[in-house]
This record gives sequence, structure tokens and C-alpha cells, in this order.
Amino acid sequence: MPASYLWLIPLLPFAGFLINGTLGRRLPRPLVSAVALVPTFLSACLWIWLWFTMRAPGAPESIQSVATLFGNSWISVSGFHADFAFTVDHLTLIMLGVVTCVGFLIHLYSVGYMAHEEGYWRFFAYLNLFMFFMLVLVLSANFLLLFVGWEGVGLASYLLIGFYFKKDSAANAGKKAFIVNRIGDFGFLLAMFLLIAHFGTLDFATIFSSVSQHPEWQGGFLTAIALLLVVGATGKSAQIPLYVWLPDAMEGPTPVSALIHAATMVTAGIYMVSRAHVIFDRSPYALGVVAIIGAATAIFAACIGMVQHDIKRVLAYSTVSQLGYMFLACGVGAYTAGIFHLLTHAFFKALLFLAAGSVIHALSGEQDMRNMGGLRKRIPVTFWTMTMGVFAIAGIPPLAGFFSKDEILFRAFVSPNPIGKLLWLVGVVTAGMTSFYMFRLWFKTFFGEMRFDEHHAAQHAHDAGHDSGQAHDGHGVHESPLVMTLPLMILALLSIVGGWVGVPEFLGGHNEIGAFLDPVFSVGTVQTTAVVSHGTEFGLAAFSVLIALIGLFIAYVLYYKRPGTAAAFAQRFPALYRLVDNKFYVDEIYQGVIVTPLLVISRLILGGLIDGGIVNGSGFAAGASARGLGSLARRIQSGNIRSYAGWLALGAAAVIAVMIFGHSLWLH
Amino acid sequence: MTVPISYYLVLAAVLFSIGVASFLIKRNIITIFMSIELMLNAVNLTFVAFAHMWHQITGQIFVFFVMVVAAAEAAVGLAIIIAIFRTRRTLNVDQVNLLKN
Repeated sequence: MPASYLWLIPLLPFAGFLINGTLGRRLPRPLVSAVALVPTFLSACLWIWLWFTMRAPGAPESIQSVATLFGNSWISVSGFHADFAFTVDHLTLIMLGVVTCVGFLIHLYSVGYMAHEEGYWRFFAYLNLFMFFMLVLVLSANFLLLFVGWEGVGLASYLLIGFYFKKDSAANAGKKAFIVNRIGDFGFLLAMFLLIAHFGTLDFATIFSSVSQHPEWQGGFLTAIALLLVVGATGKSAQIPLYVWLPDAMEGPTPVSALIHAATMVTAGIYMVSRAHVIFDRSPYALGVVAIIGAATAIFAACIGMVQHDIKRVLAYSTVSQLGYMFLACGVGAYTAGIFHLLTHAFFKALLFLAAGSVIHALSGEQDMRNMGGLRKRIPVTFWTMTMGVFAIAGIPPLAGFFSKDEILFRAFVSPNPIGKLLWLVGVVTAGMTSFYMFRLWFKTFFGEMRFDEHHAAQHAHDAGHDSGQAHDGHGVHESPLVMTLPLMILALLSIVGGWVGVPEFLGGHNEIGAFLDPVFSVGTVQTTAVVSHGTEFGLAAFSVLIALIGLFIAYVLYYKRPGTAAAFAQRFPALYRLVDNKFYVDEIYQGVIVTPLLVISRLILGGLIDGGIVNGSGFAAGASARGLGSLARRIQSGNIRSYAGWLALGAAAVIAVMIFGHSLWLH
Repeated sequence: MTVPISYYLVLAAVLFSIGVASFLIKRNIITIFMSIELMLNAVNLTFVAFAHMWHQITGQIFVFFVMVVAAAEAAVGLAIIIAIFRTRRTLNVDQVNLLKN
């Protein structure tokens, strides 16, 4: 594939966005779908072509393409230079595959899911806009273009979370996501300034080779840059302390949750950290911070996820938790494992969200698991595909999640990090909790007796305008159309086989993904591979599977065998339950400690004193003085012709006087 | 013996000043009109005087133009005055103030 064709990959969805964004309102729905889906499909095809190009024998490790506009580069000012430059290496190749293929499947699913929604064209225009920015993000060859994509996906995320903008909660969730991300972006910006100050460029290749050539650079400014990048990554990838926007982002339509808030955008932080691994490798301190943030987020979010009742919120906290795993992997230097988990997570989490969307669709907008149950027979395709997703995320071999999660846990265990064992322990406990809350969701949704009131719900859905699936055919619970179940089936297949690209050696595999990513992650790194016997590795894996099975068993007992036990347990420890149920009051704490003081300061000092007093005051003063002068000058305009004539005569007399006497007075 | 030019100029200045003064002071619109004529003729007088002094015909030609314009103005102006008087029954300019404010 010629390198310049790289530009087509993001520009095709952008063309779709332009057409749907401008003309979509007037186009019939099938045409809107075609305009949105065809470019995405072509991008996916281009990726396949690119894949075969890069995998051909003798292919270069990376492809670069720099675009110029009328012979000019993008930015070129006083020593600083930035290009519209794309680069593809094996890491980008994986990300591109996830974005285009999973993206296309979710586009396809949306055709069915959004079929009865208002603003159909708007939805697909935003979705294509997102694809464009996400592809720019993963393709860019410098931090600046990456940042453009980074901000762009934030914008698309904002627009799609607030898709049902008539609902207050959706509009607020959109704003929250945007503002919280802005905090992270601030760190990212500062990191870029530091990079410019030290390297004079933002180009990946230049910076990384420069770092590689100076082995004496350890910590110092590299730590500062790395930590600021982490701030950016915590915003985008929903890590402590900036994770709060992601659960609220579930206000958006479910395909959006699947695409943006599970499979692609939220992994941008992990991608960025992996991309900048050369910098991180020089700062054990920053890596430690990444690892601790990741582990803490993983277990914290899993805790909250265990008691949520909204099916999408469970998945949202699960996403936060799994992103924590990826962070943990990056933090212990196992970037390959992080990207591997990113890949498998994209499959099974997109699947879980889409299946949850299918459940919600079937129940005419019901999202509360307390009102579900017994759906196994009613929506069999959704049930079976979701089952694959649940088993995959829970880490049951041989599904995808097992291999990637196990790789992360193993890497944490053998890492030189002094608290590596503790990180591993946190990861294993989280794995058990993951298994528990996923099977809890599974049992509550699909097993037991049906708690869903079909008549009431059909009535309710008409006036609620809830997230999709307004009982359009009036038949109550129904399986979704093929356009929705087909992506589910494909993703279920991927969730099963997706992990087989990274089967470790002790299980007879070759860890292909490790070899595949090796050219990317071996740059500038002194690899210290801990020698651990296959027996230990096997033992660790068996242990985490055991933990997952325990999680399954507890969920089975609590939510299938004896359904009342969980409630009784909650009643036994009311304070603890309330604490977790209210998400540890983090939102309230943020509200009290940050938002309210900010608002008060803004209102009183910035708004009242500075804006009201100084800015408005000076404006008013200027206006009043102009009026005063005007009212003085107005007296001249009396409307009395004789007075005008008098002034005229006086003026003429003055002129004559100057002409006669002026000569002698001052003109000479 | 010829009359010096300054005599004409002083006479013209006096006439012009009377015209200005009565224009400013008088309230009767006809008197105002006459004072305008007076100012015009004061200027005419200077034109003629200078034309005579420099033996140039141009000044006298100007006088003819001024007289023609003054005649036209008088015709239109008097017609307006009559029309105003018919509707308002007054010639006091201070009372013809409908368009003020």
C-alpha cells in the first residue's frame, strides 16, 4: 500500500461526517446509513491492505507519510516545526485494526439500534467524526497531531454523551466528561511544553531516538514529562482521580458506550503511555505511579461495580477497572501485555455493551437489572453472545480475557517493582471481583424468574423517551434484528479466539503478539527478562482461574441459588453497603471540595468583583461620560434657525478677524 | 474725481451688517426675507465696485447671476410665505415650529 494512502483511512469517515452533517437531515435513513457505513468499511479494508503490506517479507518496521498543504508544512515558527505526519508501526497497526473493525461493527449495530430514534443522521455524523479523530490519534507521528485527535475524540464523546440533549442528565454528563477531560488535557499540554523546551520538537521518532542516545538521562525532567503525560492519560482513560466522568457517560446511546467509552477512546491513554514508553522507561518513579494508579483504579472500580443495579453502569465500572489493569501493565513495563489486554478488552467489552444494548432494546429501554431476569429463552442470541463476553472478561480459559489478564498479572508478579507482589495481589483480588460482578449481571439478567412487566413497560416507554428501543412493535420482549445480532456474533467469536494471538509458552503457544510488538517496545529499553520457571507461571495462571471460579460460585449462590442472600448481606452491613452503593461518595466529595469552592470563587470574586465591578464598571463609566458630554453638546442643536445664523455670523466674523489681524499677530 | 474704493466697501459692509442684524433680530418672515435681499445686494455692490476698479467685466456678470438667483428665490420664497400665511395666519417665525423636536 502506498504510504500516502494512509491519509484515506481517517479522511473517508471525515467525508461521511461532512455529508451526513450537512445534508443528513434531508436524506432518507438508508442513505444516511450508507454514507456512514461505507467509508468506515473502506477504512477497515484499507487497514487489511495495510496489514498485508506491513506483514509482507522485507516490509519496513514503520511507514511514514508527511502531508504538505500547497508546499507548506503544518507549523513552522522560529525553530519549532510540526508536520501533518502519519506513521504506522506494529503498535499503530493493532490500534488501527481495533478502531476500524470494532468501529465498523458498532456502526452496523447502530443501524438497528438507532432505527427508531430522532436525529439518526446526527448520530451517524458524530460517530464518523469520532472515527476520524480516533484514527488521526493513532496514526499521528508527533505529539501535536496526537493531541488534535485526542481533543477531537473528546469533542465527539461530548457530543454523543449529550446526544439526548433534551434530557438534563445527558447534557450534564456530557459537560462533566468534557470538563474532567480538560483537567487531564492540561497536564498533557504542559508535558508537550516541556518536550518542546527540552527537545525543540514533538516528533516521536526524534524525541525517542534522542532519549535512546542519552542513557545518562534518568528521571529528572523525564519524570516530570512522564507524570504530566500520566495526568493526561488518567483523564482520557478514566483512572483515579479523573475516572468520574466515565460512569456518567453511560447517558449516551449504548453503541456510543461500546465504541467510545469501552473499546477505543478510553484506551487512548494506554496507547499514549505505550507510545511514549521510551520516556517512561527512564523514570521508575513515574512508572510506579502508573502502576499504583492502575491497580488502585482496578480494585476501586470493581468494588463499586459489584453493587450497581444499572446494567450499563456495571459495565462502565468494569471498563474503568479493566483500564486500570492496562495501566498496571504499563506501570510494570509490560506494554505488550497492556496492549494485548486493550485488544481483547475491545472485543469483549464492545460485545458486552452491545449485548446489554440488545437487552435494553428488548426490554423497551429498561436498564435496571432488578427488573430483568429470565431472559435466557426470550432473547437467545443475545444471551449466548453475552455469555461469551462474560466468560471472556471473567478470565475463564481459553477465552480472550484469560490470556491477556493473566499476562498482566504474571508481569506484575515478576516485575522488579518493590511492590510488584502487592500489585499482583490487588490484580488477583480484582479478577475475582470482576468475575463476581459479571456473573452477578449474567444471573440477574438471564436467569431466575422474569421480573419485567411487559404491559407497564410498553406504556412507559412511549412517554419516557428512554435510551432507545421504544417498544416500536408492541410485542414486548423481542430478540433484536439481524443487523444487531450479527455484530454480536462476530464480536463473540473474536472474544473467544482473540486471546489466542498471545498464548504463552508454558501453554504451548508462541505469544505471537509479543513478537509482533517487540520492534516497537524494545526501542531504547534494556530488557530485563526475569527468568521464571514455567511451573511458577502455570501456578499463577491456575490460581487466577481458581479465583475467577470462586467469583463465579459466589455470584451463583447469591443470585441464582438463594436470591435473597445478597439483600440480607447488605442489610447486615448497612453502612458499608451504603458507602459502596454511593460510589464511596467520590462525586459528592469532588462537588464539595472542588466544584462548589470553584463556583463560589467564580461567582463572588471573578463574577462579582472583577467582572461586575471592574469590567462592567469601566464600561458603564465610559457610557455615562459619553452621555454627559453629549447632553452638553446637545444644547447647541437648539433647532432655532436664528441662533444657527447667529453662530454662523460669529464664525464668519471670527474668520474675517483672523484674516485681517492674524497676519500681524502670529502668522509672521 | 473718482470715489475711492473704500467708500463702496464701507457702504457695502454697513448694508451687509444691517442685513445680518435684522436677519437675527426680526421675527417677521417678510422682514427676514428683505434682509437677505439686503445682504445679497451689499455683496453685489462690492462686485460692481471691484469690477469698476479693475476694469474687469466678470464681477458685473456675477451681479447679473446673483440678481437672477435672487429673483427666483423671491418668487419661490414669497409663494411659500403666502402659503404659510394662509394656513397659519401668522408671519412670526417663532410660531412656525411644527417640525421642531
